[in-house]
Amino acid sequence: MSETIGFTIDGRPVRARPGQTILEAADAAGIYIPRLCAHRELHPFGACRVCTVKVNGRPQAACTMPAAEGMVVESNTPELTEHRRRLIEMLFVEGNHYCMFCEKSGNCELQALAYRFGITAPRYPYLFPNRDVDASHPDVLLDRNRCVLCARCVRASQQLDGKNVFQFVGRGANKTLWVNAERELADTNLDVRDRAVDVCPVGCILRKRQGYTIPIGRRRYDHEPIGSDIERAGAARGA
Amino acid sequence: MTDIGHAVRQICAVYHNDASRLMDIIEAVQSRYGCVSSEAMNLIAQALGIPRVEVHSTVSFYSFLSNRPKGRVIIRLCSDPIDEMFGMLPVANTFEETLGVHVGETTADGAITLEWTPCIGMSDQAPAALINDVVVTYLSTDKAREIVAELRRSGDPRKLVHRLGDGHNAHPLVRAMVHNNIRRKGPVVLADLPPGAALRKALAMSPIEVIRDIKTSRLRGRGGAGFPTGMKWEFTRQAEGARKFVICNADEGEPGTFKDRVILTEYADLMFEGMTIAGYAIGAKEGILYLRGEYAYLRPLLEHILQVRRDAGLLGRDICGKRGFEFDIRIQLGAGAYVCGEETSLLSSCEGRRGDPKNRPPFPAQKGYLGCPTSVNNVETFCCVARILDRGPGWFAEIGSKGSPGTKLFSVSGDCAAPGVYEYPFGITLAELLRDVGAEDVQAVQVGGPSGQLVGPDSFGRRLEYDDLATGGSIMIFNSSRDLVHIVRKFLEFFADESCGYCTPCRVGNVLLLRKIEEILHDRGSPDDLHYLEELSATVKFASRCGLGQTSPNTVLSLLRNFPEVLKRRLKPPAGEFLATFDIRAALADTERLVGRSSVMYAP
Repeated sequence: MSETIGFTIDGRPVRARPGQTILEAADAAGIYIPRLCAHRELHPFGACRVCTVKVNGRPQAACTMPAAEGMVVESNTPELTEHRRRLIEMLFVEGNHYCMFCEKSGNCELQALAYRFGITAPRYPYLFPNRDVDASHPDVLLDRNRCVLCARCVRASQQLDGKNVFQFVGRGANKTLWVNAERELADTNLDVRDRAVDVCPVGCILRKRQGYTIPIGRRRYDHEPIGSDIERAGAARGA
Repeated sequence: MTDIGHAVRQICAVYHNDASRLMDIIEAVQSRYGCVSSEAMNLIAQALGIPRVEVHSTVSFYSFLSNRPKGRVIIRLCSDPIDEMFGMLPVANTFEETLGVHVGETTADGAITLEWTPCIGMSDQAPAALINDVVVTYLSTDKAREIVAELRRSGDPRKLVHRLGDGHNAHPLVRAMVHNNIRRKGPVVLADLPPGAALRKALAMSPIEVIRDIKTSRLRGRGGAGFPTGMKWEFTRQAEGARKFVICNADEGEPGTFKDRVILTEYADLMFEGMTIAGYAIGAKEGILYLRGEYAYLRPLLEHILQVRRDAGLLGRDICGKRGFEFDIRIQLGAGAYVCGEETSLLSSCEGRRGDPKNRPPFPAQKGYLGCPTSVNNVETFCCVARILDRGPGWFAEIGSKGSPGTKLFSVSGDCAAPGVYEYPFGITLAELLRDVGAEDVQAVQVGGPSGQLVGPDSFGRRLEYDDLATGGSIMIFNSSRDLVHIVRKFLEFFADESCGYCTPCRVGNVLLLRKIEEILHDRGSPDDLHYLEELSATVKFASRCGLGQTSPNTVLSLLRNFPEVLKRRLKPPAGEFLATFDIRAALADTERLVGRSSVMYAP
């Protein structure tokens, strides 16, 4: 095998194609690096920082860092797990996440990450921000209370749908998901079938009139932790 | 009233409907209409062929831009701790009383808006404010009343300037009351050099020889990070790309820094000369000076100096008669965003976008402005470059200390007799500096601004150099009467406001750090908080995407490490059964009022 890059993740040898990121190479090798904003079909963004690993001792986001020959990557260490736990907790307290009556519960990647990391309650105080709900669109609900600013919808609309429905406005704690219209989502060209609607990891963008079509208890992360698919595929190949 | 559609289309046409010039377009629209209204956003988007939300996104990012009308005059009071120490709070109160509005509001007649703004680069003449583009310094409550009276009378902030400052501050194109406060000149930056002298020497060499000289001089970036300049240039030169750029970072926003203001006022020729040499060395034809919005008052002078250099054959085509060497510089004005001092945010801003940092790799030397190889260097670095070419790398390398050749400009402010700009060889001790500036009874010094370190007397023997106390130049001095916890709170407030919000740790973490420090200031701190602050700071530093979040917790960490007793004095174990942060009386207040009696269990 020429033209491939060799490096290690937690001591395990991994091979990557040139141009692949650490995260992509890890996925292919069956090593799950926790992540939230990264999405297979979208260009990496590097916002949530949950996938932060150590590369030759220095922190890097695995989703944006290209793999390079001889890299020593640490991912599943107590130190990194602790940083990731804190980042996930920050995302919880920053918004208004009401898991117990959110339609996304069980399919939500933020919730699933919390379960995987054994987070029952965040150690940080809830910030209880005032955020707008935009229910103007006939088929899609936009509830900014649950937005984690991952930019998946922003990217999917541009990169997969060929539109520009979403973008961020404001900065810092006031950074907000906004829509390409003077007022609201109904004024954009968003279609309910757009990929931008599917990729939301949380319950911020929801299809209307589809509540609980899959009952709680039979949802994606009700049965196994997030990342299991990647690990299972790796185990199958390794066997 | 002219048709806004026509006017906006005209403005866009001036910039060839180029979306990468969105910052200039927005600034032009705002200066004409007072804000970038929803209608204006639509029109700009249409003219440039970009989504409307992209325009909205850029407008919403910068604190000097607004989508809602503000007063015809905007008074921006500097909110940094130095200004507060020298009496800004009573000044702010006086403005509020005389204007009849709170900070953040506009007078009912739409004439005057009152706002806070972070450090405007005038800490040596605090308290200070920006009134539109006009700088007013050494404010007092009396002056605040006079200012309001004059603004009510004429509506013209330029009429507030009675006595002009020294040097070019009195230049007809500047006419500012700002003082340079140059206290100590050194041989490198604050020294005269005839325009063109260094450039001619550079052009007599090959570009590779110029880079070799910069490497031999061991010059490191003066903005704070200290990356070797020669190496940065070499990477940019070697990167593939027909079009390359030189960018000068004049976005000095680190609170307590103002040395670039003085260079821009008095030594801009030296800086432009350094940029031109960089253009020659890396093979760039285009340069950009990214000027922070707070220094807009210097723009006419800088444009004038550029024109003089063009007329003298120091910019443009065949510079100094060197056939084929072409280079010119444009000024990009910022609009109030500290993060744009981070080089990749600065690139985003130059491209007309929100000042979000970019993912690295690729580095700007590979893919920078508009995807082209770009070298971004500090104002002071370019001055050093010109001097190195004039005097030789050996001369330069012998000044300063071993790992830190050359001199450094320090912006000294706070509790001292002579605040201002000092040029010293690298390697002087903090104690020497404090003696020279006339600082007594010093409790703490913030070295390198809020993103640097807060140190106490046990560190005064340390050296100001890259390998010890590194600094971009900000030195803020606090005497024993100052409340360090309050100062750290001010700094955290600054970082929380200035975070771009892209990544989780910086966006959320700085707010959480601020909350905790505020609780401690309100006597709700408990001993556990020390651990909480350590842990939270560690994650913000570790996981943040750019230098802002990677350094913002330094202010907390240096308080914890260097002044543990100052914090511990304010912490007490919770007295009763509740967390220290929980106030049972406040929690019960509403219920008690509704039921009309006080709690039996938790009676006051």
